[in-house]
Amino acid sequence: MSLMKEPLIPVVGVITDVRIDTPDIKTFRVVTPDGKKAFDHMPGQCAMLSIPGVGEAMFSITSSPTNTEYMEFSIKKCGCVTEWLHQAEVGQQITLRGPYGKNFPVDDAFVGQNLLFVAGGVGLAPLRSVINYCRHYRERYGTIDIVYGSRSKDDLLQYKEIIEEWATDEGVNVHLTIDREQEGWDGHVGFVPNYVKELGFDTNKTAVLCGPPIMIKFTLDGLYSLGFEKTQVYTTLELKMKCAIGKCGRCNVGSKYVCKDGPVFRFDELDELPDEY
Amino acid sequence: MFKCSIDSLDKIFAEISKNATVYLPVDNDDGKAVYTKWENGVKWSNELNTVKSLKDFFFPQVENLMEFKVEGKNIEIKDIRTESEDFVVFGVRACDVRSFDILDRVFLVEPCDSYYANRREHGVIISVACTRPSETCFCNTFGIDATSPNGDITVWKTEDALYWNANTEKGKALLDKLNLDECDDSAVNEQKAKTAEIMKRLPLASLTTENFGGGKTDELFNRPEWKTLSESCLGCGTCTFVCPTCQCYDIKEFNNGNGVIRFRCWDSCMYSDFTKMAHGNNRLSQVERFRQRFMHKLVYYPENNEGIFGCVGCGRCLAKCPISMNIVKVMKTIGGND
Ligand SMILES: Cc1cc2nc3c(=O)[nH]c(=O)nc-3n(C[C@H](O)[C@H](O)[C@H](O)COP(=O)(O)OP(=O)(O)OC[C@H]3O[C@@H](n4cnc5c(N)ncnc54)[C@H](O)[C@@H]3O)c2cc1C
Ligand code: SF4
Ligand code: SF4
Ligand code: FES
Repeated sequence: MSLMKEPLIPVVGVITDVRIDTPDIKTFRVVTPDGKKAFDHMPGQCAMLSIPGVGEAMFSITSSPTNTEYMEFSIKKCGCVTEWLHQAEVGQQITLRGPYGKNFPVDDAFVGQNLLFVAGGVGLAPLRSVINYCRHYRERYGTIDIVYGSRSKDDLLQYKEIIEEWATDEGVNVHLTIDREQEGWDGHVGFVPNYVKELGFDTNKTAVLCGPPIMIKFTLDGLYSLGFEKTQVYTTLELKMKCAIGKCGRCNVGSKYVCKDGPVFRFDELDELPDEY
Repeated sequence: MFKCSIDSLDKIFAEISKNATVYLPVDNDDGKAVYTKWENGVKWSNELNTVKSLKDFFFPQVENLMEFKVEGKNIEIKDIRTESEDFVVFGVRACDVRSFDILDRVFLVEPCDSYYANRREHGVIISVACTRPSETCFCNTFGIDATSPNGDITVWKTEDALYWNANTEKGKALLDKLNLDECDDSAVNEQKAKTAEIMKRLPLASLTTENFGGGKTDELFNRPEWKTLSESCLGCGTCTFVCPTCQCYDIKEFNNGNGVIRFRCWDSCMYSDFTKMAHGNNRLSQVERFRQRFMHKLVYYPENNEGIFGCVGCGRCLAKCPISMNIVKVMKTIGGND
């Protein structure tokens, strides 16, 4: 009886596609060895990927739950696991377990709302899942605004999908920006937080922020100055994780474990936690 | 309630050993009590408690979780779990018994940790009531009654006899097999009253939890005293390793030439790399790490577990910290009841 299903034991996955997004981010498509999606998830949830002998690490599932064929992960090269993955080829097996964490409230609090997504760098990874979910169930939501910025044009993740699919959707407004002027770029130039202020959004929106801590901080200040309330703004936290199931004691902020009570938080919820993230 | 003479203890252990491995506190060469497998001739220690708790039996310091065979691009995952042996741990103190209520609420909640659950299922805990609590004991601060510990079976030891009472189905099944004589509980009640008097006079008897518990984060997190309290902490992690309720673990791997073994081992929130990750570390200095350990036991854990504190007052961290820092000093300073 006690040798029940063990949450720490993963399943095998196969990489079926590798897309080079930016100089340091690749998007990996993963299925089980018999070609199926390994498990279902909701937007904002994550999975633990590992390469035996190298290590295990947490990644947002960037594909939408409405994609029933495979899962995708956009992974930035920064350490052992991620560097190893970056040299992996199609056909390579890895292991995965999940889904972990609380998702964005796409089926409740978001329904009927105008949505504003603000992302920086690889922070687009978790948001891409929500955005594509909301585009799939388009009639449930109001307008969708997407502000996305990166260091340069070459660092924009999912550029093709953004331009060819998101930007051509009815009622979806895409606002791209890069940090510095660059040849061949005639779009906006400047940091994400400033761009959000310039765009001067109406407060009749629910906002979701994902990106480096500094971007989150200044964008949040900008939104508050536009009149947004804490209860209207969501984000995701990223802390070191090992078990992903609230047991190894690593990822807590106060009494909350980011792996199971997060990674999605609303800013009024974050306000109740100690400033330790 | 059942009774046997002290002299018959070896016979009882021999009887239990027919079906399960028996462990009990035994003095090592340094005169320190450590849990040791019972065999003929092994003697029960007179020490109040063991240096390390019995957490190891259920949540070992190092434990292999699974194995991988890697061949070219292919991976095979091997489930190496085996059913635990049946075992009985005898001589467990009230504080250490309570520690399993605390660990259960971590490991047995969904998604259940099958490694721990397996050992909990196969292990029987026989507690022994305290008669000579030490000056570092403060279990009563957390509402633990050392004169009447929980566990599958409770044992009271008097000068010449042992009194046994089963508290759980598992305990009853074991006790039934021992065929001890029934008796009344007058001797036990007398002992309980005597020990309760001693408990009242312990130096830490007046330590209270009144300024701690769930909902106290705002009030306690930014207290300036954390800095002075943590100043000389070495970050050695001794306090977390001897603590019966500390449950943080790390997951690591090694290649044994034949495959990759993924294992887990105890970790410590007192270590500088515990929360270190790609974009930095959310607990940069020892002040933050030190605060985490005590806030977890005194505020975060009770907040998530109906007010139950994450410390059992066993006093191990008082005895073992190389700089004599400990949870009592923290409670007195931060809780303001010095
Ligand atoms: C909820 C969540 C979602 C995430 N989603 C994504 C995502 O969608 N995409 C993505 O790319 N990332 C994501 N991450 C981040 C990702 O998990 C980390 O980048 C990952 O842990 C990197 O693993 P690694 O083995 O490659 O790095 P590691 O080898 O662990 O190294 C990470 C960094 O820490 C440093 N480091 C590690 N150990 C030590 C040490 N002992 N001493 C000194 N320095 C050390 C390394 O130098 C490196 O800079 C997410 C994280 C979380 C928690
Ligand atoms: S914190 Fe100290 S006194 Fe409390 S249970 Fe842990 S080791 Fe024992
Ligand atoms: S409190 Fe004491 S035992 Fe614990 S880490 Fe600091 S120095 Fe080590
Ligand atoms: S990752 Fe282990 S508790 Fe969150």
